[in-house]
Amino acid sequence: MASFKPTNIPVYPKLGEKVTQDTLYWKNYKAPVQIKEFGAITNIDFSPVTPHNFAVTAFTRIHIYGPFSQEPVKTFTRFKDTAYCGRFRSDGQLLVAGCEDSVVRLFDVGGKVALRMFRGHTKAVHVTDFTSDRYQILTGSDDYTCRLWDIPNATELNVYQEHTDYIRCGITSKLNRDLFITGSYDHTLKVFDARVDKSVMSMDHGQPIESLLLYPSEGLLVSAGGRYVKVWDLLKGGQPLVSLRNHHKTVTCLALSSNGQRLLSASLDRHVKVYSTTNYKVVHNFDYAASILSLALAPDDESIVVGMTNSILSIKHRKSPEESREISGQQRRRPSYRVFVKGKNYVPKQDDYLVSKPVKQYLAKYDKQLKKFNVSKALDCALEKWIRLRNPEVPVAVIKELDRRGTLKNALAGRDEQQLSRLLSFLIGNLVDMRFAPVLVVAAEMILDIYRSILGQSPVIDRQLLRMQDLLEREIDYQKELVEVLGMLDTMFASSLPKMEVPCSSVSRSNGLSILIQV
Amino acid sequence: MVEHGDIRVVHRGGSKIDFRQPVITNDSRFLLCASGECVKVFSTSTEECIHDLQGHTDLVTGVLLRPSNHLQVYSCSIDGTVRLWDFTDGILIKTYVIGCPVYSIYASANHEGVIFIVVPMLGDKRSELFQLVAVHLPQSGDQLVESRELSAVLSNVSSNPADIAFGRGGEYIASAKGLQLKVFFFKKQKSYEFSLKEDNKKGGLNTFTCVACHPKDDCIATGHGDGKIRLWRNFNHKKEYTYSTLHWHHNAVSSLCFTPEGTNLLSGGVESVLVQWRYNQESQRDFLPRLGAAITHIAVSPDGALFCTSHSDNKITIIQSCVKVSAVIQGLVKVLRLMARTKEGESVQTDLIVDPRSKALVLNGKPGHLQFYSLQRDKLLYNLDIVQQEYIHELGLEQFEVVKAAFDASGTWLATVEERKQKSAELEVNLKLWAFDEQTQSFVLNTTISAPHEARITAMCFRQATDSQTTMLVSTSKDGHFKAWQLATPAHTEDEGPSWSCDFVGTYHGLVPECCCFSADSSLLAVSFQEVVTVWSPTSWELLTTLSQPPGAIRDLCFGRLSCSKYLLGTTAKNLLCCWNLLTCSLEWSTSMDISLLLADPLSENMAAFCCQAGCTDLFVFKPSEPRPLFSHKAVCSGTVTRAVFAPREKMLDSCEENSQWLNRSQLHFLTQYMDLMTFTTKAEDDRLMASSKQLVIDDSVAMTPFYLLLGKHRHQQQENQDPMSSLSAERTPLPQSSVAIKELLQTPAHVLPSTSFLCSMFVQSLLISVTDLSGCRENNKKAEEEMESEKEEEDSEQEMESSIVRSEQAAVSVQSAECAAPALTKAQVRELRRLKKLDHSWLAGLLDS
Repeated sequence: MASFKPTNIPVYPKLGEKVTQDTLYWKNYKAPVQIKEFGAITNIDFSPVTPHNFAVTAFTRIHIYGPFSQEPVKTFTRFKDTAYCGRFRSDGQLLVAGCEDSVVRLFDVGGKVALRMFRGHTKAVHVTDFTSDRYQILTGSDDYTCRLWDIPNATELNVYQEHTDYIRCGITSKLNRDLFITGSYDHTLKVFDARVDKSVMSMDHGQPIESLLLYPSEGLLVSAGGRYVKVWDLLKGGQPLVSLRNHHKTVTCLALSSNGQRLLSASLDRHVKVYSTTNYKVVHNFDYAASILSLALAPDDESIVVGMTNSILSIKHRKSPEESREISGQQRRRPSYRVFVKGKNYVPKQDDYLVSKPVKQYLAKYDKQLKKFNVSKALDCALEKWIRLRNPEVPVAVIKELDRRGTLKNALAGRDEQQLSRLLSFLIGNLVDMRFAPVLVVAAEMILDIYRSILGQSPVIDRQLLRMQDLLEREIDYQKELVEVLGMLDTMFASSLPKMEVPCSSVSRSNGLSILIQV
Repeated sequence: MVEHGDIRVVHRGGSKIDFRQPVITNDSRFLLCASGECVKVFSTSTEECIHDLQGHTDLVTGVLLRPSNHLQVYSCSIDGTVRLWDFTDGILIKTYVIGCPVYSIYASANHEGVIFIVVPMLGDKRSELFQLVAVHLPQSGDQLVESRELSAVLSNVSSNPADIAFGRGGEYIASAKGLQLKVFFFKKQKSYEFSLKEDNKKGGLNTFTCVACHPKDDCIATGHGDGKIRLWRNFNHKKEYTYSTLHWHHNAVSSLCFTPEGTNLLSGGVESVLVQWRYNQESQRDFLPRLGAAITHIAVSPDGALFCTSHSDNKITIIQSCVKVSAVIQGLVKVLRLMARTKEGESVQTDLIVDPRSKALVLNGKPGHLQFYSLQRDKLLYNLDIVQQEYIHELGLEQFEVVKAAFDASGTWLATVEERKQKSAELEVNLKLWAFDEQTQSFVLNTTISAPHEARITAMCFRQATDSQTTMLVSTSKDGHFKAWQLATPAHTEDEGPSWSCDFVGTYHGLVPECCCFSADSSLLAVSFQEVVTVWSPTSWELLTTLSQPPGAIRDLCFGRLSCSKYLLGTTAKNLLCCWNLLTCSLEWSTSMDISLLLADPLSENMAAFCCQAGCTDLFVFKPSEPRPLFSHKAVCSGTVTRAVFAPREKMLDSCEENSQWLNRSQLHFLTQYMDLMTFTTKAEDDRLMASSKQLVIDDSVAMTPFYLLLGKHRHQQQENQDPMSSLSAERTPLPQSSVAIKELLQTPAHVLPSTSFLCSMFVQSLLISVTDLSGCRENNKKAEEEMESEKEEEDSEQEMESSIVRSEQAAVSVQSAECAAPALTKAQVRELRRLKKLDHSWLAGLLDS
């Protein structure tokens, strides 16, 4: 005597995002801390030394935040106009910032008043950076020039006037004190050597350049401008390596994860995308509330800081390992479960006598009814509100089972207005779902057959039937369009397919377009 | 063609055991059932088949315990004989020749020396009318008795044994046919007839399907086509009879049975639920649901403790007083039902396959199951539930059927296709992939692909190579595509393990692919599209070449193996067998034959082709490289053979005769039109089997214990010794188990027993004697010089003899047996014999050591 076999509820593949290692890694951040600044946040820079404070440049101020503080630990306010590009020196002691009023200011992190003021630019300075020898400053300005300054003497060392438009990004080499790279709105990025007066390399990005990034090895350079992120190989004389177009608005900022394996790009389209640096595929995506202007990653990816146009600074901290474990641990410590597992891990000793007890088969409500051949009740049980809404595959599986037993008609017949309207609303919700359609169409046809005679007696049912008709018409139109598109694509593929020696009609991988569209 | 006398086609196991009602013996230890041309005796506790009562030359149609001797059983057969057997020993006692085919047999304790049988009315086989006749069995000492004195009791009865039953104490007999119930009273020699209308108001069918009579009361229970059970009373009046109706079954009641005391009535039908009705309190019912398949017969043991039900899937279930299934005797499930349903001749069922791991034959079994049938042991190993759905027993309901199955080369993967076709809805197809689980030693569902193709799947095969890392499955379908499925490692952490996904979809000019086949080294895939064979490279999915030999669509495709792997063979619908050479991509040879099935032996170059000619099937075995067939056999069976398989042998044969060499590595099994499993054997193999079966006669009364195994080994040795002495072979030596010593040893509580060291010697000695007994007999025939020797040792052994009671006991037994063999022994001789037995310990020790 075999036991009752419960209804098989098929597990459908989950639609949408798949969980990968990257997803797990980048999702392992706490809820963001949001801080309101005074204006759009144009730059965020992490101090290279512990405790890794970060400087946030917004409007006329630069705030310095500690790694876990929600209040600024330090504020620089001595700017006449909008400040730009507050950056730390490699020892974390000094901070440089440009300003709308064309003056470059150098601050001691401990002090309040500027140590040095570098005057020379004629327009707003958007780019400032320290060279790797720590005694010079690179600046780039809207007056199309970039300059090198000596910190001890506060004098201008050199002026480079090669760009023909605003210079909005620049970066100095960490390995060579004389090398720096600037990007400009004239679509070019230029590599300069301080030992000569001219640029040594020039590359055309094609769009106004917003951000630059050097790999730690400094063999590869990443530039962002327009919707494109481009990777250049400096060792091959500035050969373009890849061009990525994953954003649909201007990319504003670039960052590299701590191990150099992942590249992050932030854009005005409110997304931060994470690329793998091996194949340059997007592996993860963050959504933010507003257009993003600046982005920075703390060392070891401890936190992600994003500044947006709506002057909100969003800080996400990584969950500590204990914290991420705690969640699963809490579930295990629930008392009801402990009662459940009591004695589960008891290992029988040698002379223990095992009394085997038949395992009781627990059946779902609808299965209990099916076992008793109560078909209508089984369908009612499966159509309970929380099952119907949360897992629609259960009612569908029960309908399929009833159909298999040849008793679906009996189960659907003899319902009052309320029951029928519940059934119809379920059908309307799921009829056009590709996974359920074959089963539900049969049920819908049966309902129409059974209740044809009583049409017009209940306004509720009539309204639902009209809605269903409407839904089906729209679906048919939609399918028609899809078939048209498929036909167009087929002709395109046929013309683009190279002629093979052996005549062989459409051969496609299963993940090819034709299959996808058939679905 | 040369007739090969030493290779014959033999029936291989899987005979039908649900044909007639089984019989449980009085002591409830054995169950007897008719099975083909023999009667099988099963043990009710171990489910093992103990004897085959062989002797009938045609289908056995009934088994009945002899009312006057409960250790004997009658069996009747179409061959026109009734035979009387002693079922405990499996000996034929008597054969009564009736002279015309017998369809069923009845007897009652009140009718001494008379049996009632159903025979055709006119005495010839073709007749549709049957009569119940009484046969007086003549008392004579002969084995073969002619008893042609038949006296008719009732005419125009049904040939179905369930339609006739003896009433209380054998006073009357009830017979039902169609819409008529006849009751014949023996005392009055008068019969009453009651008839029903064809169908009642509600449209139910009133035809009688079975009859049972209450053993203590005047009551007849009848089952009807619409599921009703009627209880008839007062049937000794023409007019004033009454009946009451019970209704639970929704389809025809196929079997009814009263328990011996008459307290309960059992009924069963297609619902596969055993219903137990209380007699006189019919509203109280007990159910035993989900017995697996439709119930065809119900039988109750004479003491009422055991019920047994036969099911339509060739199964007998033994139930302990309607609560617990205690044993299941399962035969090879026949799928005749399926063949009947598909009218276009295309059988909806899996090929015969051999599981590479267990070497079991795999084919369709119960609905929605695959059965694993061990060819070596002729036993059903297990049923694998493929569909995993509650089976609804209802006539006319479309069920999921397993239509295709395939194993990969190592047996770690099993692919199955199940189908369900409904009139209104589309075809439902599921492709399931099962992984072998080492821990549970069974297949576990890995991936279910619903709707893998848009139409029916026509063929499916795994990539053969065992060394390749990836397993691949290719399926072809009527929708014009063939798809390659591959085991993909999990790309996402969410998924638990690897699962199967589609790797490639191929088409060829929109033609419908029919068969697919991988070459022996898996470097090539051949897919036939109607008349064209396309050859693909499975690594790059390039179309390498196309081969075609019109007219006629390709029916079968097969790559050669081993040295012939450069050949690709195909059969076409237009009676052509083609062999292509893949190196030159040209036709090597072709011949005109109507081949219904072509298959390759995986272990040799040989190929087997079944040809259908004039209603018979011929077999040809050939090598693709040689023009002459290795072996041919005309008319292996009637009808076409559509399923066959080469099963690898456990042990290679070393036959060197040319025509039987092809059977050395593997054995060819095939299914006939009537779903009989047949095979080919050589003469040498038959002889060996006969020899081994003689050795394996085991007394059933012995329980299987470690002791038994130990002692059983002994007995074998004895028998081997015994063989040369034919004069003693008939004598039964008592088994050592029955000796007092061992009984004492096993039954006394351990704390009362003396030390083990003491017992050990005693125990071993008790074993020795039984052999001595034998050797003693042998000694009789030996020369006198040995006796001389033994006399010297007599004194020591005397002492030993006194010390052990056990020994003397045992000796006494053996003396008895010796006396049986030679009753003329005098007392002096006995004493001498006894003395002899004491003496040859040294000889015995040597024997034991060896």
